Amino acid sequence: MAEEGGLQIHPMDQFQIHSLFGGDIGMFTPTNQTLWLGITVLAISALMLAASAGRSMIPGRVQSIGELFYGFIHDMVEEVAGHDGAKFFPYVMALFTFILFSNLLGLLPMSFSPTSHIAATATLAIMVFLTVTLVGIWRKGLGFLAMFWVSSAPLVLRPVLAAIEVISYFVRPLSHSIRLGGNIMAGHAMIKVFAGFAGVMGVASVLPIAAIAAIYGLELLVAVVQAYVFTILTCVYLRDAVGEAHH
Amino acid sequence: MATEETAHAAAEAAHQAGMPQLNFATWPNQIFWLVVAMVVIWFVLAKIALPRIGGVLAERKGAIAKDLAAAEELKSKAKAAEGAYTAALDQARAEAAKIIAATKAEIQKELDAATAEADAKISAKAAEGESRIAEIRAGAEAAVAEVAKDTAGALVSALGGSADEAAIASAVSARVKG
Amino acid sequence: MEDVAQFALMGKYIGAGLATIGLGGAGIGVGNIAANFLAGALRNPSAAPAQTANFFVGVAFAEALGIFSFLIALLLLFAA
Repeated sequence: MAEEGGLQIHPMDQFQIHSLFGGDIGMFTPTNQTLWLGITVLAISALMLAASAGRSMIPGRVQSIGELFYGFIHDMVEEVAGHDGAKFFPYVMALFTFILFSNLLGLLPMSFSPTSHIAATATLAIMVFLTVTLVGIWRKGLGFLAMFWVSSAPLVLRPVLAAIEVISYFVRPLSHSIRLGGNIMAGHAMIKVFAGFAGVMGVASVLPIAAIAAIYGLELLVAVVQAYVFTILTCVYLRDAVGEAHH
Repeated sequence: MATEETAHAAAEAAHQAGMPQLNFATWPNQIFWLVVAMVVIWFVLAKIALPRIGGVLAERKGAIAKDLAAAEELKSKAKAAEGAYTAALDQARAEAAKIIAATKAEIQKELDAATAEADAKISAKAAEGESRIAEIRAGAEAAVAEVAKDTAGALVSALGGSADEAAIASAVSARVKG
Repeated sequence: MEDVAQFALMGKYIGAGLATIGLGGAGIGVGNIAANFLAGALRNPSAAPAQTANFFVGVAFAEALGIFSFLIALLLLFAA
């Protein structure tokens, strides 16, 4: 790699997974990713349990936040996935809170973002894909396949469209996972690249530092928007499985 | 063989320096812990937090609906009370008007009686005064005639005549009268 | 031997750079969606909030194709 120059930037090193207590990484070894997964879980649990512990008629600050999350995702599921999708609400809520908290906690300096790893996002996306496929087949049987047969198109075009629809259906988990992982990874790597510039530019390093501040703001936005997009796409896919008609 | 091995070693090195995301050796570990985390989050949310929040929201919705209904009921009650109040006020006003009229009539009657009595007294007094005035006037006329007679007699005697009393009297009375 | 490896490396980097051009297409697509959404929203502001979800879904689909070229670039750089 490009290690001979004076400029040594390793934007990908921050994503390195290493064992917490040394040794090789096996299936169950606690790693730095495990640590941050745990922190994410704890943060979500703390917020949502604190928000729901009071159960007061007039909500306090924390309870308001919890109810905001609840209302936001509940409305989204009802609106996008339809009324039948409401039983997937806890699942969608778990996805949203996990991605949001993981993205935001990953923006803390020295932290690690599990959602920057394709393995994690692919697992999430495949979970959604399997849920949608299995629920669709279970609820609609072979009728689920009618989704690929665009009956509003001319008969000649239908096989072509069906092929495209099938391909796009199976590409879904790929785009679903890479969108999230790629966005988070690209943001972190970009910050790291600018940080590398800042290290060698002397007084002029105020420029890359200002750029880091700006990118950091953008990344905060991206963290929230990507969590939202992942969640709303999950709802859109769920509509295919439980809704009445293909949009 | 040798080239293959060097290529393999280079690939290994590139792995280490390249993208940790594509280091598939860590994938089972990542997937395992991610699934554990998701299950824990799902459990906390679905079994504890969300039913509670949903319950609170439903409860609040119910409470608001109930409060609104109660407010509506109170409003209608207030309206009824206002109607009753207005009716009572009207009735009281009518009664008061009646009482005022009755009192006024009574007072008028008393006043009339008192006026009549006073009028009667005044006229009686006036009549009495008039009769006394007439009496006094008659008294005064007699006195005038007497004085005139005496004065005439004295004048006549002073002039050296002897006056016939009867003639003087008739002359005086003629003069006084006329 | 060394030259061949260097050539392969050069090809990899050039290919990765070319692959990033695809992201420009995603940028154009996302910008197009946002511009049209904004134009429509300004014309009929009362209908805009109901369409924000569709807006984000459209952006996500347009972005996905750009992400693929980003993926190709990464694969060329680090995996190929």
